[in-house]
Amino acid sequence: MKEKPDVLQGTLALMVLKTLDVLGPQHGWGIARRIEQISGDLLVVNQGTLYPLLLKLEHEGSIASEWGASENNRRARFYRLTAAGRRHLQAETREWEQTAAIIARFFEVKAEDQA
Amino acid sequence: MRLLRRFLIRLMNFATRQSADQRLQEELAEHLAFQTEENVRAGMPPIEARRLAAIKLGGAAAIRDHHHAEHSLPFLENLLFDLRYAVRMLLRSPGFSFIVIATMALGIGATTAIYSVINATLLHPLPYPHPAELVRVQDDLRGVGALRVGISVPEWRDLESSGIFQSVAITGTGANVNLTGSARPLRLSFKQVTPNYFAVLGVDAQLGRTFDPHDTTPGYNLEVVISDGLWRREFGADPRILGRALYLDNDVYHVVGVMPRGFRDQGSTSEEQNVELWLGAGFAGVPFAPPLRSSRHQSRVVIARMKSGLSIAAAQGRLDALVESLKEQYPGDYPAQTQWTVRLIPLTETVVGSVRQSLILLFGAVGLVLLISCLNVANLLLARASVRGREIAVRQALGAHRMRLVRQFLAESLMLFLLGGIAGFAILFIARNFLLRLIPESLPHLNDISISWGVLAFALAVSVAAGTVFGLAPAWLMSRFDLIGTLRQEGRGSSGSRERLRARQILVVGELALSLVLMVAASLLLRSFWDLFKVQPGFKPDRVMAVQTWLPGPNDPTSDPYRTATQESVLLREILRRSRTLAGVEEAAIGDEAALPLGHSQPGRLPLVREGLETMDNQAPLIDSPIVSVEYFHLLGMPLERGRLFSDQDIEGTPEVAVINQAAARTYWPDQDPLGKRVRLRLDTRGLSSTAQPAWTTIIGVIADARTESLADAAIPLIYRSVYQRSSKEVTIFLRGQLDPSAIPARVREQVQSIDATLPVFHAQTLNDVLSGSLSVRRFSMEMVAFFAATALLLAGLGIYGTISHLVNEQKREIAIRLALGAQRGNILTMVLRRGLAMAAAGAGIGVAGALIVSHLMARLLYGVSPNDLATFAGVTLVLATVALAASCIPALRAMRIDPNAILH
Repeated sequence: MKEKPDVLQGTLALMVLKTLDVLGPQHGWGIARRIEQISGDLLVVNQGTLYPLLLKLEHEGSIASEWGASENNRRARFYRLTAAGRRHLQAETREWEQTAAIIARFFEVKAEDQA
Repeated sequence: MRLLRRFLIRLMNFATRQSADQRLQEELAEHLAFQTEENVRAGMPPIEARRLAAIKLGGAAAIRDHHHAEHSLPFLENLLFDLRYAVRMLLRSPGFSFIVIATMALGIGATTAIYSVINATLLHPLPYPHPAELVRVQDDLRGVGALRVGISVPEWRDLESSGIFQSVAITGTGANVNLTGSARPLRLSFKQVTPNYFAVLGVDAQLGRTFDPHDTTPGYNLEVVISDGLWRREFGADPRILGRALYLDNDVYHVVGVMPRGFRDQGSTSEEQNVELWLGAGFAGVPFAPPLRSSRHQSRVVIARMKSGLSIAAAQGRLDALVESLKEQYPGDYPAQTQWTVRLIPLTETVVGSVRQSLILLFGAVGLVLLISCLNVANLLLARASVRGREIAVRQALGAHRMRLVRQFLAESLMLFLLGGIAGFAILFIARNFLLRLIPESLPHLNDISISWGVLAFALAVSVAAGTVFGLAPAWLMSRFDLIGTLRQEGRGSSGSRERLRARQILVVGELALSLVLMVAASLLLRSFWDLFKVQPGFKPDRVMAVQTWLPGPNDPTSDPYRTATQESVLLREILRRSRTLAGVEEAAIGDEAALPLGHSQPGRLPLVREGLETMDNQAPLIDSPIVSVEYFHLLGMPLERGRLFSDQDIEGTPEVAVINQAAARTYWPDQDPLGKRVRLRLDTRGLSSTAQPAWTTIIGVIADARTESLADAAIPLIYRSVYQRSSKEVTIFLRGQLDPSAIPARVREQVQSIDATLPVFHAQTLNDVLSGSLSVRRFSMEMVAFFAATALLLAGLGIYGTISHLVNEQKREIAIRLALGAQRGNILTMVLRRGLAMAAAGAGIGVAGALIVSHLMARLLYGVSPNDLATFAGVTLVLATVALAASCIPALRAMRIDPNAILH
């Protein structure tokens, strides 16, 4: 019953939001495939774990969903970013870049630089 | 914000039981279809494409679980499930449930009842805004041993302008006044207060106004504020009451305001709190003495509202500085040896100070009862664990998590405790009118005691707290089952059951110890009460009745028909003559209110100045000084030890004489003959406007000590003066004989009012009633603690019975084997009894230690018995041992009769 570790949850949520930001409204499979494509084989996730996450994001108000027709005229549930979600994404992106920059700087520092 | 939104949506989904499962199923189906299509496009055969798509998606069941957990609130769902299960379990064993709920109803109900009393008294003693700012200002002269000497008007003005207080008010301590002109003369309780009194309390009138705080009338301003009760009772809630003239002690006052319904005056007695009239006065002009710094108003109480934000300690510090500077400024008025000090006491303290200890004792006692109830229930829960061992083991075997089991047991015990609490509260609510009648009338704020929402919240909070604490341990122990052992053979000394047994024994030892503490407390209180009840009071209250009347004291002394003792003596002698003619009356006497043994709230205390030891009036020790007629001593059976009593020659105009008791002789004339010694008693009553020094009073006799002031104190100094030399406005008529208590008041009223129709007659009571009334708070706390102790003993007995029965049950096989191997049945009996006694001994040991602590804490409530009283401790321990033995006897006998053939077949 335990939830996945926060890092994975947090980053996955960020990926979903970014995907919707870039591609516009998408159904679940579309989001999953996009994440897979971008991350390559590095991120092996059961695609099904996406759905509880989508529900959570929807409860939080970052995304909204509705039934619609897919490109090959199948009924599918489409998710889209809300205004609140976009603000959230921006804030998260800034934070992420900041963290990444700090970590990167730590890795750049070599022992001899200290002398 | 996002978290809140998420929580609310989930909560709504939970509440409306909306499921997202359908939607998820559809989405997953679509997802599979998309993925399969793509796999087919990549060249896979359709079956393989579908299989790989499903693998990529992951376990559908896990996804559904997660999705559902996100959709709703799984914690609440589980709780609901646990509760439903708990209800089913309760209904399955109704006997067990009933016992547990009844035990908790008793514990929580009793605790809540005492809490409701404490809530109205200790927790909310002052029904005024910002009560923490209110203080009582008390002047002491420690150098001459005089406390509460009152305040003079210049001192009051100093306080007012000191900058420490928002406002300072002087009040009378409550007295009687005659209201005439209505259907029949009424005696009402009134207070004379400075006009800023209501401003200090912070309460305004519901109709009209209170006094103008800036009113500077030196004497009475002839305005009166009346209570809501009086307004409704005597004036039919007439809205045109304002401006109406009232005749109070023959003076005309005008009603300016009616206080709100719930308003109660401050003070420690119900008498004070039920004041119905407030008269505004400046205490500085006729009929009061001129405002000299040295003329303190002895019977005045000063209350003040401190500047907001000022702590008592800070205010006291500034006040001390003020006192020092006043001493320097007026050295003549404040000689150093008197050690004049002014103390600030929280007003709360003065309201409930007298009963605080009794109430805390009661709350402690009821807390112990609650604790014992909880221990008992925890014990019962553990006992049931053995019965349910199999169920628990099966559920564990089927994969139930331990935490899940603990949570479920906790839900069960919480439900039991909550139901118990609600039942207790319900019983309390239904029986509240009956229970309120048990509370002594002398308890402050009796009328404010109510079963309110706050009390309900308290009951629920206690239930939940107790349920959590005492449900958790059994739940933990219950979940620790030896799975294999239990499933293989139920009830055969597995390690888990031994642990539970040990826990149960500890619980029973705790119960026994606590009940011993309660029983010791109850016995000590009982002995104190009994000693006080049986104490030789030094006077004979049997067959005596006292009836009171009150003579008017108009502001203009010349209009007073009973101005002098001579004028009054005509009335008093006539009252005595007529009283003796009443049916059954053998003797009659007259006294003032202070002469009523144990029945007066404020003693008439006067400064005693001895010849040869002359000090200023306001520096002399205070002495209680009743005013009586000579028949008083014989009527109450107080023998003369030396000298003589008052004679017919001791009347107004002749040298004043007084009789003292032995205590006064010992205290003020140690190793001397008091007869012939002269004293001055400075009077401070309404109506005295002269500042002339009173004449010397000669001591003519010494009577035996009697406990007329306090049953607990054998030797309080007293000085008696003759009513024919010193008039008193309060008149108590004492009658001895074969009296009919129901007929006497009307007879006396007829006689008194046929002499003067304006006199009220009230408060007819037998002295025995007065006597037992003075013990009412003691009696109440004794009875309550005794009741709690009996309950505790019963619960502890049940606890030990249950545990020993359980023990015998567990050891059935062992006992059977012993018997089969030839053990004597008597040995089995002693073996089981020894277990019971061992628990009793452990409980008694711990209990005695606890009881010693408690008995020393309550030492001030005891009378005539030491907190270490050996007989009490021994007796109580014996009772406990007997009960433990008796409770162990039944299971022991059962063990003895075990048939080895039936068990070991």
